[in-house]
Amino acid sequence: MSGVENIKRIVEIRNLNKYFRDMQVLDNISLNVNEGEFISVIGASGCGKSTLIRIIGGLETASVGTVLVKGKTVKNPTRKIGYVFQDHRLLPWLTAGENIKITLDENEKDADGIVKKYLELVGLEKFENAYPTQLSGGMAQRVAIARALANKPDILLLDEPFGALDAITRINMQQELQKIWKSENITMILITHDIDEAVYLGQRVVVMSSRPGRIKDIFDIEPECHYQRTGQVFAHTKDKIYQEFFKNEELPFAYSI
Amino acid sequence: MIRCVTKICWGVQGMDIGRDFNEYDVKAEKETKTGLLSGVVLKGIRYFSLLVILVIVWEVVCRYGAVKSYSMPAPGMIVQDAVEKLRSGVLLKHITVSFLRVLEGFLVALISALILGVLIGLSKHVEQFTELVLQILKPIPPIAWIPLAILWFGIGESSKLYIIFYGAFFPILLNTVDGIHNIDKRYLELGRVYEMKKVRLVSKVILPGALPSILTGIRVGLGNAWVCVVAAEMIAATKGIGYMLSNGRSMSRADDVILAMLLIGIVGKIMDDVLKILSARLMKWK
Repeated sequence: MSGVENIKRIVEIRNLNKYFRDMQVLDNISLNVNEGEFISVIGASGCGKSTLIRIIGGLETASVGTVLVKGKTVKNPTRKIGYVFQDHRLLPWLTAGENIKITLDENEKDADGIVKKYLELVGLEKFENAYPTQLSGGMAQRVAIARALANKPDILLLDEPFGALDAITRINMQQELQKIWKSENITMILITHDIDEAVYLGQRVVVMSSRPGRIKDIFDIEPECHYQRTGQVFAHTKDKIYQEFFKNEELPFAYSI
Repeated sequence: MIRCVTKICWGVQGMDIGRDFNEYDVKAEKETKTGLLSGVVLKGIRYFSLLVILVIVWEVVCRYGAVKSYSMPAPGMIVQDAVEKLRSGVLLKHITVSFLRVLEGFLVALISALILGVLIGLSKHVEQFTELVLQILKPIPPIAWIPLAILWFGIGESSKLYIIFYGAFFPILLNTVDGIHNIDKRYLELGRVYEMKKVRLVSKVILPGALPSILTGIRVGLGNAWVCVVAAEMIAATKGIGYMLSNGRSMSRADDVILAMLLIGIVGKIMDDVLKILSARLMKWK
């Protein structure tokens, strides 16, 4: 490994294994993520993808193996590893603005300015004083993303962030997330079970198999897929990943006529 | 208002779908407005009807002599008694005395139960240290303390305050501890992700999260305190609603007894209502 390569690598996962009691959840996962990259990790539910991202985020510990972020072993969660949960996890008793503010460093002098800036980034500057119950699901999740970004993390981990949203809101959110990724130039790792979402957002798509969770395949995604979700290339790429999950499936009857 | 703004945003985001819903909502609102007034009236009628029926039945039963007026006076007689006592100021005096006693004992209980509850809730060590004693004390009803309280503090104010304190203390303590223990673990995880310091975690996450449970404890505690003041006053007092009750019995004044009982109920309900409103204010985010 040369020094130049090392600098570009922001996340290094080495031989990661995770057991819950006797059950193996993750089997020898190794993966490198480059700085500024957008990686989607896709797998069926129960394949351990959530456990994987929780270990990267320091919320859980590895049984065997290590995770390095910026060259340092992850032991505990930190502000520098941004984490967006599936639920927005805003504190219901605080307004959108306060929810961001209480996560910032206590010595931060310009806390209010940061809150404003990041609410603006997600287009919710008018909702600074709204309580989470007054926000729609999509808006609440945008506040959660703003909250993570306001702490200026080195990477942003997204654990099925749009899983609880309706289809149209989800597409809007995906577009917005892509915009933020481009403008903020931040490394993102997205966990999803939605092939569409994985292909649209990820530069690479990591496909995981279940029980125990293994990396089955990694796809490089054509840049065209990131702005053309209805095009040929997109459909073809989706198809390839689809095959990963349903390889032995026979052609539907209608196709064979 | 904010709901409206939210919807407009949705309209922009979700294209035409949002706008359709918006129009639909406005129509629905107009339709319900005409039915609104009759709805309120109906609700009011239903709210008071049982009380009115009971009073009428009571009056009728008394009028036709089914019960003796010295054991069960008619509502009219009780109203008369109330008016008399209001004029002379006796009624207000008894209520004020009892109310102030409750307030004093309750406030002491509130502060000490909150402090101890937060300590137990936050620290495993404090919990283990206090658990056994508290569990033994908890089932002893406040009334069982009256003899000892009188031996300790005499028949003055202190013994009554002690009983009230005791009655209010446990509900507040236990609900505070419960509220802290049952805080959504996902919020604690959030605290870990954002490296929150203990003070911030407690003041911004744990205490607000436990607030609904704490407020329930406070309501139960105040209710208990009100029950306890009556019990304490019935045994040794020269003023207060409990005294009015026991005095009425020894004078064979059933109207006084019933009046005192009704007052206990009415004041108790009002105090609970006030706390309900305060709770709603404190949890305006809900």
